[in-house]
Amino acid sequence: MLSFIVRRLLQTLPIIMAVAALIFVMFSVIPGTFASSMSDDGRSVLDAEVMARMNKEFGLEDPVYVRFGKYAAQLASLDLGTSFRTRQPVASVIAERLWPTAQLAFASMLFAIVVGVPLGFIAAMRPGSWVDTVSMVGAVSGLSLPKFWLGLMLMYLFALVLGWLPSFGYGGGNPRYLILPSIALGVAPLALLARTTRAAVLDIMHADFVRTARSKGMSESKVVRWHLTRNALVIILTTIGLQFGTVIGQAVVIEKLFSWPGLGSLLVDSVTLRDIPVVQGTILVIVLLFLLINILVDALCAIIDPRIKYT
Amino acid sequence: MTAQPLLEVENLRIDLAVGGKRFPAVQDISFTIDRGETMGLVGESGCGKSITSLALIGLLRDPLMIGGGTIRFDGREIQNLSASEMRKLRGNRISMIFQEPMTALNPLSPVGRQIAEMFVLHKGTSWKEAERLAVEALASVRVPAPERRIKDYPHQLSGGMRQRVMIAIALACSPDLLLADEPTTALDVTVQAEILDLIRELSAAKGTAVLMISHDLGLIANMCRRVGVMYAGKLVEERTAEDVFRSPSHPYTSGLVASLPLLGARARHGRQRLKEISGVVPPVSAFPTGCRFNPRCYAATERCRAEDPAATALGNDGFVRCHYHE
Repeated sequence: MLSFIVRRLLQTLPIIMAVAALIFVMFSVIPGTFASSMSDDGRSVLDAEVMARMNKEFGLEDPVYVRFGKYAAQLASLDLGTSFRTRQPVASVIAERLWPTAQLAFASMLFAIVVGVPLGFIAAMRPGSWVDTVSMVGAVSGLSLPKFWLGLMLMYLFALVLGWLPSFGYGGGNPRYLILPSIALGVAPLALLARTTRAAVLDIMHADFVRTARSKGMSESKVVRWHLTRNALVIILTTIGLQFGTVIGQAVVIEKLFSWPGLGSLLVDSVTLRDIPVVQGTILVIVLLFLLINILVDALCAIIDPRIKYT
Repeated sequence: MTAQPLLEVENLRIDLAVGGKRFPAVQDISFTIDRGETMGLVGESGCGKSITSLALIGLLRDPLMIGGGTIRFDGREIQNLSASEMRKLRGNRISMIFQEPMTALNPLSPVGRQIAEMFVLHKGTSWKEAERLAVEALASVRVPAPERRIKDYPHQLSGGMRQRVMIAIALACSPDLLLADEPTTALDVTVQAEILDLIRELSAAKGTAVLMISHDLGLIANMCRRVGVMYAGKLVEERTAEDVFRSPSHPYTSGLVASLPLLGARARHGRQRLKEISGVVPPVSAFPTGCRFNPRCYAATERCRAEDPAATALGNDGFVRCHYHE
């Protein structure tokens, strides 16, 4: 088990390197630099000389391969570089933003799991019933709602009209501030989880071993608890792991909308300003987060399903 | 009391509901099984053997349902029992072994636990006690090192071992009736014989009656005293195994007997084509009128195409459903 985790951790290294290279290439292709982005609004036109000096200072005048070499060497010594904007180490900039994003991602996944998985089970138990129809139509709608619009609607209803919850901001970690953005972010994975769970449970319901369980004289609830749940769990966990990636990715929109001080809003701001070290660092951390969660999911699946070999 | 058979099936009909229509997939099935007796049911794939056995244990699922007739088990009609009443019988007094040992066991549950469930469900034992009984049950089906094997998962066992586990589960509560639906079809020939011996031996020891379902007439003749031959949802002949073999009455039965390959036949008679019954079992929605076997029968006449033959009694408590039985 331990060797499985270690091996999987080592396997993430080449992925991280590939991602780092990819981001580097992308940002050396798109036009604009940190200096030029300062005059993007057209109001404060920077002096050409100042721009040249800034570019030189950040090492942006070097040829691509030299810059890549420096970047790779830096990464190898576990240094993410220094932000152009704040002149702080990227690592500490990210560290500040990591916790709010983790809070948001876990809260929205928790919401999605707690509601979506039971919903899928209930729908599968009574296919064709009103619960099934309503929840599956709801799931499709949930998947197709634009998150930005949904977030605005939630804000309007619960903050503006009803006044139950704060509309935006971090609130210094007050959990009440977490509720609306988590729901807005969690609806899509909830819908997907409900559908996946339903399909998995329905599939297993017709498996031979479930018929065997019934032939033993077991009540339906015992069939579900003793034989169905474990089998469905493998599929559900895998979906959860993959959805984490989607959630972190879409947190960009939701964080911006709710002024949430997480990695997503940091990423958006840094991209606009071409603060490339921060962009690169943030994406790397997000990718790493996603990989770690999926290693955890794979380890859990291997514990549940003895047929999965630790390879 | 002693004269009462364990299982009496009378005019059982099983309907297949498709698009608001109901087709009788199985019809006019009547037979009895005495306590401790082993009866065989043979027929081609799709003739309704398996769904007949599922009906007996109350496991028919949509779109199949019992459409009529009675199933009397130990003097009590069970075809309309409530779900919870049926659950008390199922596993406890009527149990079943399925064809595919690969998929019939839960892949994520240790086999010991899957046996132990039977004792917890029907004997009300604790899990700990059930586990001890599971070791015994596993030993009784001659699985080596049972106290270690109970921790194994199905994928760690061979097909034969898995079928032994299935037998241990099915016989755990010493049921009165065991339904064995093609228990050896998926296994190697050498393993087949061992599994059959095991079923024969254990059912005799526990006084369990067996309904052995197979498409293999040789196996059935070997295991059972009486044999029912099914064709397209109907029992076309029911007699002692010996009579069926020696003097099959129904043309379909004759065809089945003739199609058995004989070991050594090539050496004696030279290379010959195996006998076969041409054609296939018709689908439920397209059963022919008259005798259902008539399109494939070598001796079919106008009468066969028009009139469904009734059961004609033969000697030794047998019957045949043919206008021109031999």
